[in-house]
Amino acid sequence: MPEAILVVVEQREGKLNRVSWETITAGQAIAAATGWTLEAAVAGANPATLASEVAAKKLAKVYAVQSPKLEPYTPDAFAAGLKQFIANKRPKLVLMPHTYQVRDFVPKLANSMGRAVISDCIGFKYESSKLVFTRQMFQGKFAADVSFNSDAPWFATFQNGSFRGDKAEDGASAAPVEAVSVEIADNLIRNKPQEVFKEAKQAVDLTQAEVIVAVGRGIKEQKNIEIAKQLADALGAELAASRPICDSGWLPMDRQVGSSGQTVAPKLYLALGISGAIQHMVGMKGSRAIIAVNKDAEAPIFEIADYAVVGNLFDIVPPLTEEVKKAKAGG
Amino acid sequence: MGKGLTVLKILVCMKQVPQKDAPLKLNESGAWIREDVSYEVNEPDAFALEEALRQREKHKGEVAVITSGPARAQQVLREALAKGADRAIHLEDNAFVGLDALNTAKAFAAAIKDEKYDLIFTGLQSDDYGYAQTGVILADLLGWPHATIIMQIEKTDTGIRVKRELEAGYFQFVDMPLPAVLTIQSGINKLRYATLIGIKQAKNKPIRKVTLAEVQSAIGENLQKIERLYVPQKTKKTEHIEGPPAEIAKKLVDKLRNELRVL
Ligand SMILES: Cc1cc2nc3c(=O)[nH]c(=O)nc-3n(C[C@H](O)[C@H](O)[C@H](O)COP(=O)(O)OP(=O)(O)OC[C@H]3O[C@@H](n4cnc5c(N)ncnc54)[C@H](O)[C@@H]3O)c2cc1C
Ligand SMILES: Nc1ncnc2c1ncn2[C@@H]1O[C@H](COP(=O)(O)O)[C@@H](O)[C@H]1O
Repeated sequence: MPEAILVVVEQREGKLNRVSWETITAGQAIAAATGWTLEAAVAGANPATLASEVAAKKLAKVYAVQSPKLEPYTPDAFAAGLKQFIANKRPKLVLMPHTYQVRDFVPKLANSMGRAVISDCIGFKYESSKLVFTRQMFQGKFAADVSFNSDAPWFATFQNGSFRGDKAEDGASAAPVEAVSVEIADNLIRNKPQEVFKEAKQAVDLTQAEVIVAVGRGIKEQKNIEIAKQLADALGAELAASRPICDSGWLPMDRQVGSSGQTVAPKLYLALGISGAIQHMVGMKGSRAIIAVNKDAEAPIFEIADYAVVGNLFDIVPPLTEEVKKAKAGG
Repeated sequence: MGKGLTVLKILVCMKQVPQKDAPLKLNESGAWIREDVSYEVNEPDAFALEEALRQREKHKGEVAVITSGPARAQQVLREALAKGADRAIHLEDNAFVGLDALNTAKAFAAAIKDEKYDLIFTGLQSDDYGYAQTGVILADLLGWPHATIIMQIEKTDTGIRVKRELEAGYFQFVDMPLPAVLTIQSGINKLRYATLIGIKQAKNKPIRKVTLAEVQSAIGENLQKIERLYVPQKTKKTEHIEGPPAEIAKKLVDKLRNELRVL
């Protein structure tokens, strides 16, 4: 039997999490490089419908891994159910998106099989028959190529946006779907999850903004937010922030951009004193243009900036605000 | 435990990581950084400590802190003791720096095997490795339940109710029994500062040292290997705008108007 790659896609309440397509694209790329076959699995109480949706992609097979215990999601049930399935199918490599849910159970799953997870990868390389995964370290200041030092199955997770979901290839015909039931013992599940909810109605919808001025910890103090606000006002822009600014209560939560905040794609995103951690960048890298002001020339935000200003934002922003006002007044 | 529990014994895992602003350089091996930089507490771990102290203030009990790393890592423990932690455990050896999440968790499990806690807190991920795994693996090694990315903790009659952060502004409450491992998200609370009295009192608080030899039999080879570390390749063509501030302002406004058409 050829070596197999297994992509475990993610679903919530019967809907596929869109990042699942990205992981399938990643799987297809690794399959193309290695010559290994590619399969996918959907786990849940009734995964059959989703499995046939996934089966439209270029895959050798799709498994609908089912048990009533898999819903609502708990790490105990997912680790146990997937362990049973994976131990039986013996894929070489198991891929998942690096979502909050996967972070919650995959280290447990891998540990229960005596294996490791290379987590939060952004790419892979296959060089002289060796598969390495690229991941960020030191908050994006470095990338690392990491290899497995164990027997299969190998586990790897991919960061949001590392591959393009819309590039997942369709198959010539639908892949066969196989239903697999897993047994999860009654007393195994210890957590009792309640309904998922959203904290508060959002007052601002940053997704509609044409221009966003975003501040990060480089702003230093709450009172300095005013400097950014004046620029935003002059530009007719919405004010947004990185997470620590909202955590500190300097701006309300609904102005947070990133994986735990809003995902935005304005015509212009002006990042002031934001380092460019991956969790921030996934929320704004779809912006049509990015201007970054940061005093650290090595800040990861510059990797995705169209215009880079290396300097002190307190020197740069006030004259910029004045210049914008002048330009506007001048017509 | 369960019903009638009145006190909470909490262990907080706190890691020392390079300071956010520290300029980092590769060492000769090309697989790690030069260690002559300034260090600080891993950010979410500071929030985890704060949460443990608040829980102790509410329910009584004890807060212990644990770190693994070379001698310099003791600073993290000293700061935690000054903020109010009762005692500390230091797995002290240079070799701990290179361990993967699995081995770090195994070393911690071995170091605390004779102790009893109701809760163990870790940060949700480290700023250097960023595995996002140590806490979950530790729970599995101990046979305990866990919950990740926690933004609130309440004691209940049967255990705890925690608030998990989910993506894109969603949350979820989860009820779970004790003992348990929780991975704490930054922003769960407001951090306190160490007081002068706290700093003074910390000098008399115990730090238990654990050598590599004591936990060696529990850990194995890393199951993942960093082949090389490098500065990431740029994916975009970036234009640098330079000059004195007034000139930068003019150049940017020109871009805003003529290239980006937002003015
Ligand atoms: C699960 C998870 C979810 C997360 N979700 C989000 C999210 O949704 N959104 C988010 O933003 N983060 C999120 N984070 C946090 C993220 O990892 C970073 O910690 C955060 O984005 C850093 O914010 P920052 O860039 O403002 O601060 P820092 O990383 O501290 O960067 C500050 C920057 O300001 C620069 N600076 C300092 N002074 C000046 C000056 N005078 N002039 C110019 N520049 C200056 C510094 O060089 C530095 O680059 C999440 C983390 C995790 C683990
Ligand atoms: N060497 C260490 N010393 C103390 N705590 C650690 C260490 N390594 C990991 N941790 C804890 O585990 C969490 C997650 O780390 P990681 O799995 O590396 O992302 C951190 O926030 C710490 O609480």
